[in-house]
Amino acid sequence: MIDILYFARFRERLGVEREQVALSTPQQTVAMLMAELAERGDNWADIFKGTHQVLVAVNQEIVKPDSELNDGDEVGFFPPVTGG
Amino acid sequence: MDTIRIQQQPFDAGAEIRQLIEADPSMGAVVNFVGVMRNMNEGDAVSEMMLEHYPGMTENALQKIVEEGRERWQLGSVTVIHRVGKLQPSDEIVLVAVTAAHRGEAFDGCEFIIDFLKTRAPFWKKETTTQGERWVEERESDIAALKQWNRQV
Repeated sequence: MIDILYFARFRERLGVEREQVALSTPQQTVAMLMAELAERGDNWADIFKGTHQVLVAVNQEIVKPDSELNDGDEVGFFPPVTGG
Repeated sequence: MDTIRIQQQPFDAGAEIRQLIEADPSMGAVVNFVGVMRNMNEGDAVSEMMLEHYPGMTENALQKIVEEGRERWQLGSVTVIHRVGKLQPSDEIVLVAVTAAHRGEAFDGCEFIIDFLKTRAPFWKKETTTQGERWVEERESDIAALKQWNRQV
């Protein structure tokens, strides 16, 4: 299982703050996970397959879409940051 | 010494700077940046703002930015404080304060840290305007500000 966290406008539009999902294959990448989430349709498709810029952190480090996921990972999805 | 804090309550920039000065008498310069909430954005009046972050990751990201700054310049003490939660116009949002032996390194270190904080640390702002609530978009000028640091060796 992995923990997925959604932040800011993604959390609001998806209506989910945090969920646990099982890895579908042993060598699942971030891009594969995003494609699976997009299959849920509606806002999920819009965010994960649309024109939104999606930043991804695995275990709280920004990663690229081809990064592999491991059981127990924490995956965070968020839009570009706007602090300061 | 680094102090990195994310908090709901206001901070006292003067007291924080005083503490940095007293921490090391060999430091001859302290430069600070205070980011303040504006009552206008994109041409609309803004009455309130909500700031959220990614607990854990945000602190680590800030720590890394400070360490990168230390690799480039001889910095003394660094304090970064960022507020989250509900904010009103003229509220102080963020403090970056940097000491160094002389002003050049303190100026550069402070500007570097705030420029990277703006584009790398996971914070998000949602503002309330007369048109309703909306998430703040990232700024091209913030991304451009980063590029000047990449050009420098």
